Amino acid sequence: MTLDAKMHIDEGTATIRLSGELDGRSAPRLNLLISDAVAAQVRRLVLLVSDVTYMSSAGIRCLLFAHQKLPRGAEIVLVGTRQEVAETIRMTGFDRTVVMQESVERESAEA
Amino acid sequence: MLETRVDAYPTHRIGGVPVRAGRTLPFGATPVPGGVNFSVYSNNATAMTLVLFRRGEAAPLVELPFPPSFRRGGVYAMTVFGLDDLGLDVETLEYGYRADGPSRPQDGHRFDPGTILLDPYAKLVGGREVWDAPRDAVYPYRGRIALDDFDWEDDRPPGIRPEDLIVYELHVRGFTRHPSSGVRAPGTFAGLVERLPYLVDLGVNCVELMPVFEFDELDNPRGPHNYWGYNTVGFFAPKASYAASGPYGMQVDEMKNLVKQFHRAGIEVVLDVVFNHTAEGNERGPSISFRGLDNSTYYMLTPDGHYYNFSGTGNTVNCNHPVVREFVLDCLRHWAAEFHVDGFRFDLAAVLGRAPDGTVLANPPLLESLAHDPVLRDCKLIAEAWDAAGLYQVGSFPSYCRWSEWNGRYRDAVRRFVKGDLGTVGELAARMTGSTDIYGPRGPVASVNFVTSHDGFTLRDLVSYNRKHNELNGEENRDGDSANHSWNCGHEGPTDDPDVLALRARQVRNALLLLLTSHGIPMLLAGDEMGRTQQGNNNAYCHDGPLSWIDWDLAREHRDLHRFVRNAIAFRRAHPALRRGEGALGHSVDGRLPEVSWHGVHAWTPDWSPHSRLVAAMFSTMRDDGGYDCVYVAANSYWEGHVLELPAPPEGTVWHLFADTAAAPPHDAHEPGREPRLADQVRVSIGPRATLVLVARERLPEE
Repeated sequence: MTLDAKMHIDEGTATIRLSGELDGRSAPRLNLLISDAVAAQVRRLVLLVSDVTYMSSAGIRCLLFAHQKLPRGAEIVLVGTRQEVAETIRMTGFDRTVVMQESVERESAEA
Repeated sequence: MLETRVDAYPTHRIGGVPVRAGRTLPFGATPVPGGVNFSVYSNNATAMTLVLFRRGEAAPLVELPFPPSFRRGGVYAMTVFGLDDLGLDVETLEYGYRADGPSRPQDGHRFDPGTILLDPYAKLVGGREVWDAPRDAVYPYRGRIALDDFDWEDDRPPGIRPEDLIVYELHVRGFTRHPSSGVRAPGTFAGLVERLPYLVDLGVNCVELMPVFEFDELDNPRGPHNYWGYNTVGFFAPKASYAASGPYGMQVDEMKNLVKQFHRAGIEVVLDVVFNHTAEGNERGPSISFRGLDNSTYYMLTPDGHYYNFSGTGNTVNCNHPVVREFVLDCLRHWAAEFHVDGFRFDLAAVLGRAPDGTVLANPPLLESLAHDPVLRDCKLIAEAWDAAGLYQVGSFPSYCRWSEWNGRYRDAVRRFVKGDLGTVGELAARMTGSTDIYGPRGPVASVNFVTSHDGFTLRDLVSYNRKHNELNGEENRDGDSANHSWNCGHEGPTDDPDVLALRARQVRNALLLLLTSHGIPMLLAGDEMGRTQQGNNNAYCHDGPLSWIDWDLAREHRDLHRFVRNAIAFRRAHPALRRGEGALGHSVDGRLPEVSWHGVHAWTPDWSPHSRLVAAMFSTMRDDGGYDCVYVAANSYWEGHVLELPAPPEGTVWHLFADTAAAPPHDAHEPGREPRLADQVRVSIGPRATLVLVARERLPEE
């Protein structure tokens, strides 16, 4: 498999660090992790994607999957999205589902 | 639970791929537990093969012939499992079909198993994600799997009453492709969403998008482009290169997002759909889909197997064949249900009323089905009520009191009157009141009024050219309509002559003001509000460039015109007397003012004689609060002015001046609600070739 995914759950936040290619073949693995996070009743899902070299529409659709599975009001944060992917997320309207950030540092500075 | 379903397991292996007999319905390629269900039909094929590709690869990955037991009637259905083992997933899979059967064109059959065919029901089409990209020689337009997981978030159609619509016709690419648009994704659905605030500000409440179904912009034997896109390749698929996210295969999402954002802004989305012909052309055209799957079903054929050409483009879709009828219905339901679109404008819709042999039907099954379909019940249905073989059904289109029509007679009447033709006032009066003379009980909402559309001159060119100038189209100016009822105001084409320019500016305003004060549904052509020109080209279908793109710098250059149009739209929205669902009565009922009355140089005395060049109407309707909404419109196409005696406004009101096209900006149209009171309430001057609009407003205590 070309995708490496590791999840860490802490105080209601699930953080998933991804590296490699997130496409139609590897997306089901991310969906499984998201299901685990939902089962752990997290309120916040943080996806660290700066090491993702390629993200296809299936990867973007994982965000929608998470949005539908997590309780209403839960936050989904995408950190380190490549510009092209960020634009695609914006243009297809998926940006209403997620918060996009450049880095974790900026996120904590804002918090 | 789904994993335990019995139907999620393969029963056969074909070429090593696990499969089972598929579900006949729905047609197309549908993700199901464990795999994808493929269903395709042909009444005349003898064998069918499913061809699978890995996305972007020239050669097929595997070919799966349908065994006889997988056929039900004329439908071939197969569920394919184990995509993962093939190294495929729904994103990377592309598919097509080979159909075998007789190759006897004289009998209407053109089967060729050597050609890979696009599924007519493909909801996503690969191959043309990038505008102008070279096409694959073997299988250029490839079926793909669309996922249906868009988050609509309680989207509801605006549900605008037909009489309240103000339609704006635009080309998705042309609207933002020009660098001056300043959007991040020029020429796309996303770019159009970025310009949404402009449309909201302008005040229109419905956009009519020129074709957005997948087409091939390189399909033009006479020139570089087929820019307009009336040559449909995939009827269920949004055009991939109209989506900035097309390279991600997310054109469905991007277009759905467009509809969602427009609805949120209170704007409806109507699609221009082309069911009269396909991109397959005549006998010499390519086999893309229909021709190879079931030529004699999908096309109207002569007894010796040639294509009837009622569309003027080589072939004619056999719309009233029961199979094709269902195809068209399924397609429109798809766009209404899956994409939430609010209506359809049918290109050359008169073709849809013809029988398989071309006979004109009195009660065409397709049109009747569309009029009564439950999924389409709230959709606007608009017919371009003519075809390319001389059938002109404006006023006689089989409407079932449900269809509206592009009113070509409205266009011609306004053009001829404004230009100064004699003998036009009577007809203009009928057109201004919703053409109830031709639409009768269907009311003014049957009439989509327009002066210009994509097909013909822009409004600026209508007043700048006597003749079409289509030399750049590559047909020595033979293409395009010669009957434009246009007038150049004294000089053909661009000029610096201030008198000519002033007259043109006034003529443009005359046409727009008549359009926006007439009963019926007004339609504006995008760019006319900012003086867009095509340099006299009245058939710009083939130009993908500055000639056909909107230059947004014009909005600044012509800001007076833009403000005029904006005010005229706001005025229409403010006055129910102009937006009637039913025809206006010309006589008084219960002592009230007539809903329409006609005037002239003398009040209550219209001049309908052939030499008259003056029309004046007073429109009145009772508002909900019991008062009158009352508007007076006078149009003079004579080259000298008149003094008009005014009818008395309703009790307790006085005349205010909304617009006078003879006045210099910004006095050509005032902001609705802030119209200045007329000093003389008995008489008003109308300038040469000018239009006046007055509004009756409550008399203030000090008056």
